[in-house]
Amino acid sequence: MDLVIQSLPFVTKGLAITLQVSGLVVVLSLLAGVILGVALTYGPLPIRLLVRGYSDIIRGIPVLILIFAVYYGLPALKVNLSNLTAAVAALTMFTTAQVIETTRGAIQSIHHGQMEAGKAIGLGFGQRLLYVIFPQALRRFLPPWINSVTDAVKGSALVSLVGVVDLMLAIQQVIGRVYEPMPLYLLGAAIYFAINYSLSSLSRRLEQHFAYIRE
Amino acid sequence: MTYHVNFNFIWKYFDKLSWGLVLSLELAVACIAFGILIGLGGALLYVDGPRRLRPLVTAYVEFIRNVPLLLLVYLVFYGVPSVGGFKYGPTESFIITLSVYAGAYLIEVFRSGLDAVPRGLIDAGKAIGLTPFQRLIHVRLPTMFRVVLPSLSNTFVSLFKDTSVASVIAVPELTYGAQWINFNTFRFVEVYAVVTPMYLVTGYAILFLLRRLERRYAVGR
Repeated sequence: MDLVIQSLPFVTKGLAITLQVSGLVVVLSLLAGVILGVALTYGPLPIRLLVRGYSDIIRGIPVLILIFAVYYGLPALKVNLSNLTAAVAALTMFTTAQVIETTRGAIQSIHHGQMEAGKAIGLGFGQRLLYVIFPQALRRFLPPWINSVTDAVKGSALVSLVGVVDLMLAIQQVIGRVYEPMPLYLLGAAIYFAINYSLSSLSRRLEQHFAYIRE
Repeated sequence: MTYHVNFNFIWKYFDKLSWGLVLSLELAVACIAFGILIGLGGALLYVDGPRRLRPLVTAYVEFIRNVPLLLLVYLVFYGVPSVGGFKYGPTESFIITLSVYAGAYLIEVFRSGLDAVPRGLIDAGKAIGLTPFQRLIHVRLPTMFRVVLPSLSNTFVSLFKDTSVASVIAVPELTYGAQWINFNTFRFVEVYAVVTPMYLVTGYAILFLLRRLERRYAVGR
């Protein structure tokens, strides 16, 4: 127990990096994913094919391979990224693919009559999205999106493998010093659990909150 | 200076990758098999078992689902032997980890599958005098498996992708093969240009085959 308390300063530093990485990934992938998701639903065929291809390829390869490919592969092509940037870029690419699918699903769950009604009262495309589709699609979007957020937090542990000192690597480093693996792994598990469990409970509560709406 | 693409080293050490892919698939098969056993046991315990055991099943599922796989892999490989006083190889350790991991996800899948068995079928089983155990074997489980087949295929493919994490404890699967070639030949671009399609093609090929299989056993209309 003393050991756990002594290691806390290192672990919290790592936790800060984990939160920073996950936060960046979540925000960037939300922006990119919603835009590409709209493009996948309403875009012209070539763009739809491109986004579909991107999403299917990214979701078809392990995240770890994606992180390694970005971190080790890009420098050979004269693109030099720090390990943190490479890790965030790779995780963002992955989470974006998930957000694309969530966005598409949420938009398609809205009856197309809504879009037509918006047209009929003279709203432009952007207005129809913003005032008609998005507010209704939000409840279909939020629960799976929060799942992607927990996936991003869990996936962020993989950035330790390219040398980013996040929570996972901080724990590994402390273990390397004191050689007491079990208490520290359990501490790490408890921290990850606390973050993700609160997120997934939030997702469940939102689902219940929206359950009153009947089609 | 520009980068000169050279695949010679990749073909020279291609057996690292091909055997790595085989091991990845073997790991995925072993873990889905054990995972199905754990998942089935857990789901039945939750649905049919005594009520006070439910929190236990929930705790297991929630713990596994909310902790990164990487941490679980380390915990089982380095942590557990340090307090248990025994040792196992990385491959055994990884199979245990991924099976326990898969089990947690499959408990949820099987639980909702068991919920989806129509009440009328179970009542019909009762009406013709089947014991609870016979109803389970002949009515509930067959119906449940038809319902959960698509989720099982998805779980299998994502387990196949998750086997890449085994490389961190030196299980010689596909990602480990890729890293080995990287650090011995420094042909980073070429390695990922080969390994990424290997994961992609294998993953989608499995999914395609499983989807065809699903259609044969799909819930009849």
